[in-house]
Amino acid sequence: MSHQPCAIIGIGQTKHKKRRDDVSLPGLVREAAQRALDDAGMNWSDIDAVVLGKAPDPFEGVMMPELSMADALGAAGKPLMRVHTAGSVGGTTAIVAAHLIENGIHERVLTVAYEKQAEGNAQWGLAGGRSGGMGAGGIFAPWMRSYIQHSGAPEDIGWKVAVKDRKNALKNPYAHLQLKDISIEKVKESPMLWEPIHFLESCPSSDGACAMVLTNEDGAKRAPKPPAWVLATAMRSELGQFPGRDPVRPQAGVECAHILYDSAGITDPRAQIDVAEIYVPFSWYEPMWLEGHDIAGPGEGWQMTESGATEITGDFPVNPSGGVLSSNPIGASGMLRFAEAALQVRGAAGEHQVDDATVALGHAYGGAAQYFSMWIVGASLDAVAQNK
Amino acid sequence: MADIAIIGYSQSPSWREAELTEPQFLFPVISEAIDHAKIERREIGFTCAGSCDYLSGQTFAFVMNLEAVGAWPPISESHVEMDGAWALYEAWVRLQAGDIDTALVFGSGKSSPGNLSEIYPLQLDPYTLTPLGVDPASMAALQARALIDAGLVTEREMAQVVARNRRDAMNNPRAQVSGDFDEDALLAEPYLTAPLRKHDLPPISDGACAVILATADKARAVCERPVWIRGIDHRIEVHQPGMRDLTVSSSTQIAGKNAGVGNAPVDVAELCVSFSHEESVLRRALGLAENVKVNPSGGPLSANPLMAVGISRFAEAARQIAEQGAHRAIAHASSGQALQQNMVAVLEGD
Repeated sequence: MSHQPCAIIGIGQTKHKKRRDDVSLPGLVREAAQRALDDAGMNWSDIDAVVLGKAPDPFEGVMMPELSMADALGAAGKPLMRVHTAGSVGGTTAIVAAHLIENGIHERVLTVAYEKQAEGNAQWGLAGGRSGGMGAGGIFAPWMRSYIQHSGAPEDIGWKVAVKDRKNALKNPYAHLQLKDISIEKVKESPMLWEPIHFLESCPSSDGACAMVLTNEDGAKRAPKPPAWVLATAMRSELGQFPGRDPVRPQAGVECAHILYDSAGITDPRAQIDVAEIYVPFSWYEPMWLEGHDIAGPGEGWQMTESGATEITGDFPVNPSGGVLSSNPIGASGMLRFAEAALQVRGAAGEHQVDDATVALGHAYGGAAQYFSMWIVGASLDAVAQNK
Repeated sequence: MADIAIIGYSQSPSWREAELTEPQFLFPVISEAIDHAKIERREIGFTCAGSCDYLSGQTFAFVMNLEAVGAWPPISESHVEMDGAWALYEAWVRLQAGDIDTALVFGSGKSSPGNLSEIYPLQLDPYTLTPLGVDPASMAALQARALIDAGLVTEREMAQVVARNRRDAMNNPRAQVSGDFDEDALLAEPYLTAPLRKHDLPPISDGACAVILATADKARAVCERPVWIRGIDHRIEVHQPGMRDLTVSSSTQIAGKNAGVGNAPVDVAELCVSFSHEESVLRRALGLAENVKVNPSGGPLSANPLMAVGISRFAEAARQIAEQGAHRAIAHASSGQALQQNMVAVLEGD
C-alpha cells in the first residue's frame, strides 16, 4: 500500500460561452490550465504529468486531440494520458489524475478537461452521429417521467430546479447562461423539447475548459493558498440496457455513492456533506440523483428541492455554481463539478460560496445514466469526522 | 513501485475485415484472457479499455464494448481514447493502491470500415496540418527520408526488417501478413510514397487484445509463470513534425531509461514498428544490443489492429517469457504520427 493524501492546490476554468471563437482549441485549454497554475503558484515546468479528458472527438472533428495539444499543454517530454468515459469523463479524468498522486507515481499533476462544442454539432454527436439515435434528452425524458409517476412529485419541481440553478449562475462570472429575468413562468412557457423537459429545463451547449493542479502532502504545504483534500473517490459502470435494469435509480449510481461514503467515513450524507455539485443536465435529475445516491430517501428528493433545502442558503445546497444547467462544455462538465466542490471547501467560490463548507461532493454521470464518477473533498483530512 | 504481473492474455486474429462487430470479437478475447489467468470474472477489481471513436465512425463507440466485459453487477471501470497499452498503464497505477488485486485491460479497433488515409489526417494539428491532408504513410515517409539522408538506415535494411517480420509471422497464427519473401524482390517493387514501398507499411487490421494484471500476492496464488512488470513509463513529444528531430525518438529514450531497460541484458523486444524504418529508430532509442531479437511475433508489420497493436506488444512479450523461455523482454507501444508518443515497459520472468 502506498496510498498518500492528494491535495487540490490549483483550480482554473474558462469563461464558458456558446461560442469561444476568440480562442483556438489549445487556447481554450491553456486559458483554464494557466489559471490553475497561477492559483497553485506554479509554472508549466513544475508539472510532472498531464491527464486530459474530453467527450467524443467528433464533437470538434479532431481525432485524439491530446496529440496536437501536447505542446500547448506543456507536455513535451512528459507523460500525457487521455480519458474518455462519456459525460462522466471530467470526473473520471480527475480521479485518474488523483490516483497518480495517491499511488506515488508523480508529485504534481495537471489535469484538464474541455469541450468546444461550437466547433461541431453536439446534438448530432450525442444522437450517435450517423446512427441517428435520440440524443441525451430523448433517452432521459421517459426516465424523468417515470420518476415523476413513481414519486408523486408535483410538476413544478423541475421548473424550480431550472430557476434555482440559473439564479446561482448569476453569482458565478464563469457561467455560460446569465438569465437575469429567469422565472418559473418563463421556464413553464418555454418550448417543450422532450416531455417533460422544457427548453429552459435543459442544459446549454457550451465551449469551455476546466483544470486542476493536484499534489501530495508536501506539495500542499508549499502551496500559496489553502488546499482541498481528496477524501474519497469512486467510479462505477453498468450496461446501458438489459432486462430488469432500473434506469431511474441505476445500481451503479447507488453502489458508487455507497463506496464513496464508506471510503470517506460518511454515514449520513445529508448531514455530513455541506454542499454538492451534482451533474444535473436536465432539471429533474436534481431530485433523481438525491434519491439515486441515497442522500434523500425514496420519494423525498423532490421534497428537498421544494423546501428550498438545495438553495445556496438551504441545509444541502446543490449546484451553487449554476451547475450543468448553466454551463455545459460536456467533456469539462464533470470536472467543473469536481473543481467547484473543491473551490467550496477552500472557501474560494466567491459570490456563490456556501457558508462554512468543509465537506463537498463532486459528481458526474454519463452514457445512458450508466457511468458514475464521484469524489468527496474536504477542507482538512479529518473534515468528515469534524462534521458530525 | 509495487511489482504487478501479467497473469493472462489473449489476442484475436488480425483480420483485414472482420465480419463481427467490435463487441462481438472482443467478447471471446476477454473471456479467454480471464480463463488463461485461471480467475473468475467477478474477481476483477478494475477494468480499463482503450479504443477510438473515430475508427468506428461513431460517437461513444466504446460504450458498446462494455457489453463484452459484462458490467453487471456494476464494475469499477475506465476508458482511455488511446491504445490499450495506456489502459494497461492506468490499471497498473490503480493496482499500486493495493486495495484491489486484479485488473482486466484491453484494446480493440475496427479500422476496416473507414478510409484511414482520410481519417488519420484528423489526428494532426487541426489548423496547420489537417488541411494539408497529410496521411500516416506520408508522415512516415518524411521520417524514413530523414533517416536515409542521415545515413542511419538504408532501403535494403528496411526490406530486411519486412522480410524477417513476415518470416517470423509464419509461426504466429494470429498474423495477417506472413510468408517467405526475398529482400531483392521486395526492393524491386515500386514506391508507394517514396522512400516507402507498400510492404514498408503495416496492414490494415481489425482485432483486439486483452491482458489480466495482478498484484504480487494474487499472481503467486493463481499463476505458475507470472510475468513481472519491472518498470513502465510513457512520454510524449511536441506535435509539429518540423520541431522534432525525426531521426531520433527522445520520448522512447526517456521512457526506456525510466523503465530500466539498460539495467540488465534484454532477450527480446516487442516494439511498435508500424513502418519498417521505425525499428532502427527504436533500437537506438532503447540502446538494444545487436543480438536482441525484435518482434518474434512478426510485429505490427504483420498484424496491426489499431488501438490494440500496442497492448499486443505486452501480450507478445509476455508470451515470450511465459511460453518461449525468455527472461527479460521489452514491450513498447506508440501513438501519434512518426512516433510522437511512446511507452516502454520491462517485463521479466521469475
